[in-house]
Amino acid sequence: MKVKVLSRNPDDYVRETKLDIQRVPRNYDPSLHPFEVPREYTRALNATKLERVFAKPFLTSLDGHRDGVNCMAKHPKSLSTMLSGSCDGELKVWNLTKRECVRTLQAHEGFVRGVVVRFCGTSFFTVGDDKTIKQWKMETPSYGEEEEPLNTILGKSVFTSIDHHQKEGVFVTCGQQVDIWDEQRSNPIRSFSWGVDSFNCVRFNPVETELLASCASDRSIVLYDMREATPLKKVIMNMRSNTLCWNPMEAYNFTCSNEDYNLYTFDMRYLDKPVTVHMDHVSAVLDVDYSPTGKEFVSASFDKTIRIFPKDSGHSREVYHTKRMQHVISIKWSSDSKYILSASDEMNIRLWKANAAEKLGLLTPREKAAVNYSQKLKEKFQHHPQIRRISRHRHLPKSIYSQSKELRVMNEARRRKERNVRKHSKPGSMPVVTEKEKHVVTVVK
Amino acid sequence: MAKSKATRKSGETMKMTSSRETVVQGMDDEELQRALADDIISASEDEGGSDDERKHCKLLEAISSLGGKKRKKLTERSEASIQVSEFTVNAEGEGDKINLSDLIGTLDKTPSALIKTKKQLKNLQHNQSTLETPLTRKETEKIQREVAFEKTSKEVSRWQSVVLQNQKAEQLVFPLNQEPSGPKRIEQVVAGWKAQTPLEQEIFSLLRMNKQPLHDPVLTPTEEASLRAMSLEEAKIRRAELQKTRVLQSYYEAKAKRERKIKSKKYHRVQKKVMRKEYLKQFDEMVKTDPAAALEELKKMELSRMKERMSLKHQNSGKWAKSKAIMAKYDDGARKAMQIQLEVNKDLTQKLVIPADEDEEDEEESAETLPDFVNDVEPILDQVNPWMRGKLSTEPMMQEESNRLDPPVWPREVGKPGEGWDDQEEDEEQMEETEEESLLRGFEERRKLRQTEDVEVAPMSMEENDDEKKAEILDISDDDEEAVEISDDEEAVEISDDEEAGLSNFTSLFHGLVKNHMEPPADQPKASPGAGQEESPALLEEGLVRVRTLEDVELLSQDISASDTALLTTQTPGTEETDTQSATQQADKKRKRKKMIDPNEVLTKEAKVIEMPLAPTAIEDVEDKEEQRIIIKEAFAGDDVISDFLKDKRKQEEAGRPKVIDLTLPGWGEWGGLGLQPSRSKRKRFRVKVAPPPPRQDQKLPNIIIAEKRDSSIAAHQVCQLPFPFENPTQFERTIRSPVGHTWNTQNTVQKITAPKVVTQLGAIIEPIAREDLIKNNRQAVTRPSINLESDQGPQKKRCSQQKKKHKRKRN
Repeated sequence: MKVKVLSRNPDDYVRETKLDIQRVPRNYDPSLHPFEVPREYTRALNATKLERVFAKPFLTSLDGHRDGVNCMAKHPKSLSTMLSGSCDGELKVWNLTKRECVRTLQAHEGFVRGVVVRFCGTSFFTVGDDKTIKQWKMETPSYGEEEEPLNTILGKSVFTSIDHHQKEGVFVTCGQQVDIWDEQRSNPIRSFSWGVDSFNCVRFNPVETELLASCASDRSIVLYDMREATPLKKVIMNMRSNTLCWNPMEAYNFTCSNEDYNLYTFDMRYLDKPVTVHMDHVSAVLDVDYSPTGKEFVSASFDKTIRIFPKDSGHSREVYHTKRMQHVISIKWSSDSKYILSASDEMNIRLWKANAAEKLGLLTPREKAAVNYSQKLKEKFQHHPQIRRISRHRHLPKSIYSQSKELRVMNEARRRKERNVRKHSKPGSMPVVTEKEKHVVTVVK
Repeated sequence: MAKSKATRKSGETMKMTSSRETVVQGMDDEELQRALADDIISASEDEGGSDDERKHCKLLEAISSLGGKKRKKLTERSEASIQVSEFTVNAEGEGDKINLSDLIGTLDKTPSALIKTKKQLKNLQHNQSTLETPLTRKETEKIQREVAFEKTSKEVSRWQSVVLQNQKAEQLVFPLNQEPSGPKRIEQVVAGWKAQTPLEQEIFSLLRMNKQPLHDPVLTPTEEASLRAMSLEEAKIRRAELQKTRVLQSYYEAKAKRERKIKSKKYHRVQKKVMRKEYLKQFDEMVKTDPAAALEELKKMELSRMKERMSLKHQNSGKWAKSKAIMAKYDDGARKAMQIQLEVNKDLTQKLVIPADEDEEDEEESAETLPDFVNDVEPILDQVNPWMRGKLSTEPMMQEESNRLDPPVWPREVGKPGEGWDDQEEDEEQMEETEEESLLRGFEERRKLRQTEDVEVAPMSMEENDDEKKAEILDISDDDEEAVEISDDEEAVEISDDEEAGLSNFTSLFHGLVKNHMEPPADQPKASPGAGQEESPALLEEGLVRVRTLEDVELLSQDISASDTALLTTQTPGTEETDTQSATQQADKKRKRKKMIDPNEVLTKEAKVIEMPLAPTAIEDVEDKEEQRIIIKEAFAGDDVISDFLKDKRKQEEAGRPKVIDLTLPGWGEWGGLGLQPSRSKRKRFRVKVAPPPPRQDQKLPNIIIAEKRDSSIAAHQVCQLPFPFENPTQFERTIRSPVGHTWNTQNTVQKITAPKVVTQLGAIIEPIAREDLIKNNRQAVTRPSINLESDQGPQKKRCSQQKKKHKRKRN
């Protein structure tokens, strides 16, 4: 009788050094690992629970301003540097890693309306209520040296916003009209105005760098091309847009934050209807900024919350708030896409994590694998009621909660009424207007 | 050059005109025209220069002089004006109106085209409508804006492909334009480095001599040349081709080997005949195309025929044939063999004749193959305890069972591949059908059949074998007792196998039960579409509860389960009715189709006997095994799974049956008290009989208990509505069913599956997508794909393609 003996190659199970991880031979026979779905479901459930438990997005608050913070700017070359301008005309430069202010200067009299860092990161521009544009050096003046702007331009009217070109020495301001300035000249090289006398925001397109968009007080959003003599197109909405932000990865998409509690993502080629309407805020949305990956954006609202929206979703995936945070005026998403900075009325700047439950810092490969796996599981089982319930639960302050409830009721009532009217009117006389179409009044060519 | 030419030409024309003036006074219109054309050419040829202008003036004078008497002298410029101007400009023809046609009066003599223009001018003068005023500033601006917008939107639309690409990308790694990892050139790392020490110099000279790369440590010149010669893409294609040919070769080799091993003589005979036919056909063609070669072939054939006739090898004159001849009296086989031999002889000696003789194939072949069972685990032989007969895997048994239950299914299934093969063959060969071919095909088909139905056929054949064996044993062996013992043993095996089949029924049943619990029924989402609409699309469920610890989270989940059950209880009554109705209808239909199955019948049915030669995989200590078996036997002594299950089912049925409600109140209309029963008539009157519920779904399924009440504890975990991107429940279930973790998948697969969609790096600034990317992308699309050297960067790091291409460009 022949005897069959198990024989194995030691290379398959003996480790080379004792520092190696023990090799574990695995048998993938599915009959040996039954109940894969229930087991994975349990894992997914646990992962979701842990995610919620570890979701602690608030990192720090930077205080030092003596008035409400009105604007912020990212440094294009340094992640740890950030600038903020307040309502008393003070401008502060922050070091985020140390969480401290490294420089303070009195930039303007009255509000600092806008601040922007030049693309090379060596200097920055500020505009204020004192009708001036000032250019400052990024370096802190050495001991004994006076804090003085490199350049000051006196304008005829108040400037409300400023933005700098991505690659050239050209910047744009807005106020009574949209002006494009060469850094070397004291007069604008081009001015656009189109029946409006006050603009509140202007932004360069970071991809197609010659394009601009501005929000005006007549509830319109106007598009410009720096090379053309005239503006391109204008869309008028139901209510005023406060700010807008271009998608840094998609040249033709931008999102604007509106007074009617919503945000609208537009395709600049088809302005007659927004691509997506983002709802969830319960008060005017004051600022919006895109994640540098172009997949998400963050919005700051007068309702004292920050919300993060996926770019093509109608509702937010995350809401941040703290007890002491008041109306959030300005918001920025850091250029490594990991952090969010919010500046609010009560003189504080807050630093948040973009992903609330993410572990920051270096991860070992096994940790990384585990994170990826649990992420995948959560995604796989996201439709199961228990997991959905846990992963979507967010705590809201009572005021906002009741307000959102009220809004929901109002919306429902409106919808019901419309439905009833339609039911009792001649068929076809009451066309169905979609949510997207509702908010655009007209497109002016 | 041009200048001189022009002057020369003008000179010529001058001459010409002067000659014309002198010689011929009355000129033809035609000639004049030609002259004019000449002038125009010359005028166009000369470009600038005061000298030319002067000449041009002369030329004009010359032309005007051609007009002869009608020539006017215009020394002064005159203008229509009332006042006499201070610049001595007078108005001569002040009074009379100037007609437009007067202005071209000088061209009176020219052909009709001019007359036409005259007419047109007249018409124009009569026309009263005025020119349109230029557009207002507003409108011009609007047009400008529109044009500009068109332009910009077109420009921006170039990004469409990139955006879509990024949207569809499996994984995006930010920042997009990362420096490629890997070795860098020396010049990149160190600037201005030179070999200084003698050793270095020596090394470098050596390297140079051997044409090793000095600067670029990646590729030698030869390698680069080879790369230039063949791109990776091409190389891949080539390799694929090679692989394919290799595979095909091995396949044909294997086929040939297999065919060689086939013992059936008939098969080979038929094969040979086919070959011969083929050969004949070829020969026919050869006669047409290449007669010389055909002649040679013919000679060869002739030679073989001659040889045969000389040797008479196949004419039953050999030793073997003689012995067969002796046997032929008694043996049919021998006779047949002889006949075959003779036939061969005939074939060889005569002209080719296609004989038609078709017999059935001998059945031995199918019996020869061993079933797959041989490699299965050796079953433990214990008839009493059902636990001892359990198997880990029940799949093959289940398959077999399903086959057995509905026999009309498998032949169709098996038939399909055969048919497919048929079609292929027909396409390939394009020959007319002959009997031989069909026979050949039959062989193939049968072989395929055999492979698929191994499980089916093998036991049968084994049985036959056993019967034969038994017979043999009975015949040959002298001591009958032994034989009886052996057969007894075999019977025992049969019984055990029978029970095993039954048990597998049960295991599959339990599997089913578990699955029922785990997975929502497929038709469920369709049943409740109303619920889906009501659900709010909000991403977040915002509340006043703050979740801080795991306990809070637990509470959350409990919350939802409670709400879910409430929802269920409200929902159920309506749906249940319809469900049960449909169930009854289905049941009725089934009844029509086939007669009822008695549970007992099915449970005690005789399974097919499966006997096989068992190859012991390992020999254990017999005592040990015995001991263990005894222990397990003791542990599960009183277990009778089947009867337990039956009891369970009966209990469930009982519970589902409606109970008679007794509403009699003792003491009403008669005496009541201890020991007194209400009268029978009264009891009868107040007993309420509830209508029997619709028949249970598992009524006719003997080995299944279908729980008809929905389990709320499980329902809380079930998806009650088909999620958005999925189109049907099966799709969704499939995604859920495929596991992700490393328990079920290999390392690489897990890495691949769980790769996140967006990867960002901590501390790396992500720049907006640059316009250069787009340009590069477009250019790349136009040129042919270049070599990808990045395979060493790790398989799981897929960057978006445009950027990959960029790297390629850099390296190249």
